[in-house]
Amino acid sequence: MTFLIQQTLLYAVPLMIVALAGVFAERSGIINLALEGIMIFGAFAGVLFVNIVQQTDVFMAASESGNWLALQGLELLAMLAAAVMGAIFSLLLSFASINLKADQTIGGTALNLMAPALVLFLVRLIANQNTLRMAEGDSASWFMIRKTNFGYDRTADLGFFGNTFVDRVYLATYICIILFIVLSIILYRTRFGLRLRSCGENPQASDSLGINVYKMRYAGTTISGALAGMGGFVYSLTTANCTANGDVAGFGFLALAVMIFGNWKPLNIAGAALLFGLFKCISASYPSIDINGDGVYLLNEIGLSAHFYRLLPYLITILVLAFTSKSSRAPKAEGVPYDKAKR
Amino acid sequence: MKNGRLSEFAGRDGTRTVLASIVSILIGLVVGAIVVLIVGLTSDNITLTGVWEGIRLIFAGIFSTGRNAAGGLSFGFNPTNVGNMLFRATPVIMTGLSVAMAFKTGLFNIGAPGQYLMGTMASLMLALGIPSDVVPAGLVWIIAFLGGILAGAVWGSIPGLLKALLNINEVIACIMTNWIAANVVTWAFDVSNFKNLAENTKASYVYRTTYNGVQTPKFGLDELFPGSQVNGGILIAIVMAILIYILMNKTTLGYELRACGSNRHAARYAGIRDKRNIVLSMAIAGGLSGAGAALYYLSGNTEFFWNTYQSLPDTGFNGIPVALLAANNPIGVVFTGIFMSMLDIAGLQLTSLTAYNEYITDVIIAVIVYLSAFSLVIKTLISGRRKKKAVEVQTAAAVEDGSSGPAGPEAADSGPPDVPDPDIPEDAQSRKGGAEA
Repeated sequence: MTFLIQQTLLYAVPLMIVALAGVFAERSGIINLALEGIMIFGAFAGVLFVNIVQQTDVFMAASESGNWLALQGLELLAMLAAAVMGAIFSLLLSFASINLKADQTIGGTALNLMAPALVLFLVRLIANQNTLRMAEGDSASWFMIRKTNFGYDRTADLGFFGNTFVDRVYLATYICIILFIVLSIILYRTRFGLRLRSCGENPQASDSLGINVYKMRYAGTTISGALAGMGGFVYSLTTANCTANGDVAGFGFLALAVMIFGNWKPLNIAGAALLFGLFKCISASYPSIDINGDGVYLLNEIGLSAHFYRLLPYLITILVLAFTSKSSRAPKAEGVPYDKAKR
Repeated sequence: MKNGRLSEFAGRDGTRTVLASIVSILIGLVVGAIVVLIVGLTSDNITLTGVWEGIRLIFAGIFSTGRNAAGGLSFGFNPTNVGNMLFRATPVIMTGLSVAMAFKTGLFNIGAPGQYLMGTMASLMLALGIPSDVVPAGLVWIIAFLGGILAGAVWGSIPGLLKALLNINEVIACIMTNWIAANVVTWAFDVSNFKNLAENTKASYVYRTTYNGVQTPKFGLDELFPGSQVNGGILIAIVMAILIYILMNKTTLGYELRACGSNRHAARYAGIRDKRNIVLSMAIAGGLSGAGAALYYLSGNTEFFWNTYQSLPDTGFNGIPVALLAANNPIGVVFTGIFMSMLDIAGLQLTSLTAYNEYITDVIIAVIVYLSAFSLVIKTLISGRRKKKAVEVQTAAAVEDGSSGPAGPEAADSGPPDVPDPDIPEDAQSRKGGAEA
């Protein structure tokens, strides 16, 4: 059970945060199809940052002496670097779709093509192979928080709660969950959030009330870019061993699906991401999942093919969408370039 | 512009579309060259000569004939390169047609990779599964080709059905069906006996269709371009493009499909069955992608890596830039498809002859697609002197807004009242452009 929850969170958290990135863009009226590309770019930026910074004396010494707080600091800085680069990358989309009133779907597609190409081009030049890795060690040995960090013995039993949420976890997971909650509150309980959402529903009305629609849309896509870039790095850190190879296994597109599935609302998105994360976790490690701890690996004994479990998350998404899509409601003005002259 | 006929020609919308695409391509290539230059200048192990070679290969890679005795790059007509370019263009033209056709009917077919995979699976299984000593190889080829089309069409119609009946966004449905296809194809080949066991090193590939004596006829193209992989597939692709052009522009069905794309509700009011048309256009689009896969893998000299569940074929996604660059015109797709594969060849030359790698060509393609997103602005830029002044104001406003980032609009708002709002000429201009288009 502990294993199941931890693994599910590892898959669900990047999805959740990137889906929220999509919400910020779409609620402000811009379709951000580029989530995948921004994730790829953010993952690259974060991994490159780790790769370069970990070679400095401070962090090498910290790694050797087991100073885990310094390493968590490095992780936070890398998340920040990924967020900044993601935000900068997303400006390409904002510029095209807000200032030049370009087709947002095409602009997003261009970014999705650009990110893997640019990343692979640079990675090949930097690392002389198709994958950029950490310069030293791996993400588990550098960044994973273990109970030994808190002075517990290696064999100590912290109880169900402790074992699940304190031992063998990543700080990034919790940062993302906190960010998710804080940003959801901002979107729904502050003046800024209300204004942002109004620009996605009826920009003309917002403009008539003195809200700068262009500014709000820039804010929405830039927050979106920062979150997606960070989500990309978190994905790479927790599930891909802190490597960048111009690919995030379609997580950006899955996040889009989670966003639509969650009906553009944070709480539903969290639920959708957890559901999807659960099935992703099952497909990745179904032979070793022991649900009630009695030593029977039920899913393995059913004898279904591994291929079936792998396509399950996607199949489930389509099925659930089929049942919920009638009631789904996208922001009304999304995808429509704002034109002051129109009414 | 003094010549009246010339300015009339330049003023036509089609001409401007072509010019806008050419401008996008040129800017894309220049950006690629700049990236090569920057990387070359900052890297220690690339010399200035290397930079210059990289830039020359980006623009003229297709004419590269390797290195001469003195070690410098040599250029000239290279039949192998040209033949391979045509061969690689074949599937991209087909997926480009698929995306373009869906775009014309108001649908974004990002499901081309999945349809391509299903087409691959069906055509390979049919071509390898039907014994060619019982059925003549030519007939097997035709059955496999049609099977590929059918599989792609079925796979394409799933998102179409979901959209028409359940109102599910086709982009999401396509993305999900892509990944389902990747898993289904891996699963199907995993349990099949088409895995290449004859050659030790090829275990993760499916047999070539030549193992069953099936391959696309060459139609003499191999003698025109000796040493290349070219075959008759490119001719079939061109014929398909012409057929799609006729279907979309000269038939009632095509008119109805396009009407649904322009305004689904208005089309229904006019008595057009919109739901049927959505499913139909996705099915046709899927069939075209499937045909592309069949033409590529039935050629006899290509191998399919069957364990594909973690990645989707690039050929499917490359259909999107091909279609966009051609402004969704089926005939234009043939040219942009060939252009894309020309870039591909240039990328391969870059990898084999210089310190750079082939991914720079993907960067160039991405820049071109990005530019094609605002082709309207480029179109207005190149259309005549009369509006030049207004356009200058517009681009100045756009550049000003962009360069100052998110703070741009705010700065404009909080400026002194006697400064004219930069948004006003921009809006006026875009309204004008919209009326013309």
